[in-house]
Amino acid sequence: MSTTIIEGVFVPRTMTLTAGRDKSGRPEACDVSFAAGQVTALLGPTGSGKSRFLSDIESMAQGDTPTGRTLLLDGRSPDADERFALTGRLVAQLTQNMNFVLDMGVLDFLTTHAESRGAADPKDVADRVFAAANALAGEPFSPEIQLTQLSGGQSRALMIADTALLSWSPVLLIDEIENAGVDKKKALELLVQSDKIIVMATHDPVLALSAHRRLVFEHGAVRAVVERSGREEGVLARLSAMETEISRVRERLRRGAAVDGSKAT
Amino acid sequence: MRLITVSGPPSCGKTAVLSKACRALMDAGTACAVVKFDCLQSRDGEIYREIGVPVSVVFSGGLCPDHFYASNLEEAFAWAMGTGAGCFVIETAGLCNRCSPHLRGALGLCVIDNLMGIDAPAKIGPMLRLADLVVVTKGDLVSQAEREVYRHRIRQMNSRAVIRHVNGLTGQGCAELARIMEQAPDLSSVTDVKLRFSMPAAVCSYCLSETRIGVRYQKGNVKKARFGGGDVHDDH
Repeated sequence: MSTTIIEGVFVPRTMTLTAGRDKSGRPEACDVSFAAGQVTALLGPTGSGKSRFLSDIESMAQGDTPTGRTLLLDGRSPDADERFALTGRLVAQLTQNMNFVLDMGVLDFLTTHAESRGAADPKDVADRVFAAANALAGEPFSPEIQLTQLSGGQSRALMIADTALLSWSPVLLIDEIENAGVDKKKALELLVQSDKIIVMATHDPVLALSAHRRLVFEHGAVRAVVERSGREEGVLARLSAMETEISRVRERLRRGAAVDGSKAT
Repeated sequence: MRLITVSGPPSCGKTAVLSKACRALMDAGTACAVVKFDCLQSRDGEIYREIGVPVSVVFSGGLCPDHFYASNLEEAFAWAMGTGAGCFVIETAGLCNRCSPHLRGALGLCVIDNLMGIDAPAKIGPMLRLADLVVVTKGDLVSQAEREVYRHRIRQMNSRAVIRHVNGLTGQGCAELARIMEQAPDLSSVTDVKLRFSMPAAVCSYCLSETRIGVRYQKGNVKKARFGGGDVHDDH
């Protein structure tokens, strides 16, 4: 098989996570394979193992994590050198951690990050990420503000913009973007590119139905793999319309407008 | 016996990471022994004993921890030899951040965590700068961008070390760390082995328990700084 390399990153065409074991040590139902361009949603109650599954992908698990899963790229285990050369490059991850801890100014941070990624013009990349983050965040913030002073929504907007525009990686893992305090549709548009493998943990029905298929988790392991059916696409359209309506009403209420059809005072 | 010196600031996860790596080494058939050089107190001995690793915890107390460490290395090595270990880990409390416990010809490992300030890699000095392997912990608590920026800063301080992200709580990455530790140089003795960085010079009246402040109480190796006239740098 020919190997694709983009920006020095080996790009796998497929990724497989072998079956591991659940919290009681019982074997998982099946291996799960992923293809580029495919969006997979992870569903299940809190504590059912979604974040653990994402973390197994992120760390390129080789039977050395609590679940015992192994990650295969293009059908084989990456060797130790490959594994660690790829760590931090193969996967871009948006976790539930909402806040930054580093004591740096926003633009300084973005410029350093662009530098660390070997960008040709770090300042320019940083400016673009900053602008995108500000467009996504509810309230604007200055380029000099300390990372630690950003609100939850601003931090998340910055992480999303950084992941979309700076941290190019063939695999994108998203953990509960709906909790971000940012416009999840805008955020997804920014993030989702058809050439990536996208895996997202979510409790949101619209996001879950937007995915091509769903993995259902229980007690720390994958219980079922469900493809989206044609009838479900109809449900998705209906829910999306309802959500648009809710957003419209929310915006009007925020601006002090009436929502019963009469004019605002 | 393979020798690994491990340093790092307090509470960065040295013991959590090392105990799991030792566990992996022992599961693979390599006996381990650990000496912990600490300053005042430590409960780390219990953690190693729990996983069945012979451990000695020793305290410098009123002495400079670095001098205490260097003066006791031969004896520590002899003790570890006596346990029949194939792999000997010396864990220090990071000494006082001015020094480095790393030895020429042994594997030098520095542990730091992702929650420290962005200038931490520069501040912790020679124990990071002179390490062969840098293990970064607590990466699960920060964003990917922060991990990358932090790694970049580490790289700026130490251009040749192998850098690995390890999770001390789940043990993720510890098996790989164990594989690297298995490759540490095999030494038959530490006598005549050299430190990679010099120890602090002292022997002043305060070393001899003087507590009063004042020029008239100061004797021996006393260094006077210049204030307000720009920085005066030490030679190190």
